[in-house]
Amino acid sequence: MTVADLVPLLKAEHLTMRFGGVVANDDITFTLEEMELRCLIGPNGAGKSTFFKTLTGQLVPTSGAIAFRGQPIAGKLSHEIARMGIGIKTQVPNVFNGLSVRENIWLAVRRKATPRAQGPAVDAVLQMIRLTDHADRIVATLSHGQRQWVEIGMVLAAEPELILLDEPAAGMTDEETLHTAAIIREINQTRAIIVVEHDMEFIKQIAKKVTVFHQGRVLVEDTVDKVLADQRVRDVYLGKKVAA
Amino acid sequence: MTVRFRLAAQAVAVVIAIIAIALIPSVIELFAMMQLTLFAAMAVLALSLAFIWGYGGILSFGQTAFFGLGGYAYAISAINFQDSTPSILLAIIIPSLFAAILGYFIFFGRISDVYLGVITLTVTLILFNCVNSTSGDEYRIGKALLGGFNGMPAVPTFNVPFYPDQILSPEQSWWVTGGTLLGTFLFLRLLLSLPAGRVIVAVRENEVRASLLGYDPRKVKLLTFILSGAIAGLAGALYVNWGAFVGPTIFSLSLSAEIIIWITVGGLGTLLGPIVGCVLIEYIVAYIGSQQALNSNLVLGAVLVVFVLLLPKGLVPTARDLLMRLVPAPKPKAQLADEQLPPPVAASHMAGAE
Repeated sequence: MTVADLVPLLKAEHLTMRFGGVVANDDITFTLEEMELRCLIGPNGAGKSTFFKTLTGQLVPTSGAIAFRGQPIAGKLSHEIARMGIGIKTQVPNVFNGLSVRENIWLAVRRKATPRAQGPAVDAVLQMIRLTDHADRIVATLSHGQRQWVEIGMVLAAEPELILLDEPAAGMTDEETLHTAAIIREINQTRAIIVVEHDMEFIKQIAKKVTVFHQGRVLVEDTVDKVLADQRVRDVYLGKKVAA
Repeated sequence: MTVRFRLAAQAVAVVIAIIAIALIPSVIELFAMMQLTLFAAMAVLALSLAFIWGYGGILSFGQTAFFGLGGYAYAISAINFQDSTPSILLAIIIPSLFAAILGYFIFFGRISDVYLGVITLTVTLILFNCVNSTSGDEYRIGKALLGGFNGMPAVPTFNVPFYPDQILSPEQSWWVTGGTLLGTFLFLRLLLSLPAGRVIVAVRENEVRASLLGYDPRKVKLLTFILSGAIAGLAGALYVNWGAFVGPTIFSLSLSAEIIIWITVGGLGTLLGPIVGCVLIEYIVAYIGSQQALNSNLVLGAVLVVFVLLLPKGLVPTARDLLMRLVPAPKPKAQLADEQLPPPVAASHMAGAE
């Protein structure tokens, strides 16, 4: 066993994010191992997206530390963190609306692939997200679900070590959701993933370990069955007060 | 339209443009050719804003700052060296350096778009006032007297490179200016079809996504800003060469506004549109200037209002849309290296909608 095996892929310690008087993330400690697939759930305003934003440099945490393979990343800029190997699909689709689907994917592929490998890599991603037939359409003209796909495709194309997916199945049909779950399981063969979702059926399809956020704190962290059976988690989702 | 067909069409267009530039002196009068030389110099300035605004998504009100700096850099060094060769280079380098310093603080200081407009506008005004107050013998750089409000007359015009005694004739000056316009246009076209250019457009489209993919938007925007400043500076040298004169009004606010009108009329997000808009508007202004009934600023304002209300996309994109509708296009098979850029979402961009 080498030292590298002992260092978790991602480790956040005592992470706090305040917006004026609002504490969006309150003393969160979170660890993710290599190749792990983790689901983050919790009601609206629980601090899930804020947590993702601090992980990707879109927000600088008020206090606390984040380490990616032992390297501190809190306070680094988004593009620096992206280059270290963290990719994110944001909650509101962040795509290049005025460009074609192909070009969107190509912009993600370009940073890693050699010019010759770029074409095939783009085609492979297009096939995976099933937009090959729409490759030359302008992204702004696609449906919400398809734009979600474009963004997922961009994240995959950049081949990050850690993939963050913020509500990947939102706005998708049941069939599309199934396909998303299949893709997530497939990429989890080689990469670690954190998924934020509200759709419990979707969570059941993919989840192994689940972390529940509530009011900016980690409420529970356990296997999917135990978490879904947990009375506190049910209460949180029904809006009852919970003594965490 | 296949890619090959489109490339062939573009090559033909370039050849036609070259022939037109070459033949113009022998078909039109000297006065009209001089006017075209001025329009071509201004069109290079239009391209500089067309690039940074239409493709970089950065509305810089300060293109006249770089234009004026280029003009003054050219005039001062041409008077000192009595040779236009290094002076033209300086007219590009000095505005680029100025853009690099100004842009560094704007983009790396994460100043928002609105303030960028305010800052560039203010810088232009500051330069205007500084240069305006340099009357008197003490304000001189080498042999060049800055001249304050009166400007610098009798600036040596372009000569054959490295042969200071071979001054270009008006015809040759036209070829140089028209050729520079075509060259700048082709250079920007090429750049925008290369990966570097696509990244510039990507940052315009979505800065957050670009940075989440590992692109540094600050660096991309700074380089865009510098390049645009360099082109504006070159335009300044061409302008001074046309009139053999430079004065502080080169920094004026009305010119800053005029460039924006050229682009709005011609079409934001294209390179051809701003050239068309520039020549058209400048022609109208020159024509109105020759009579007394109408005030040219009034007409300019009216033209702007009419275009914003009736043709918000501008002339060239509207014409292109019409053409697309008339010619039943076969299923478009655009490629990655496609040079026809999609129309930018200018409206949503300006409203900050996402």
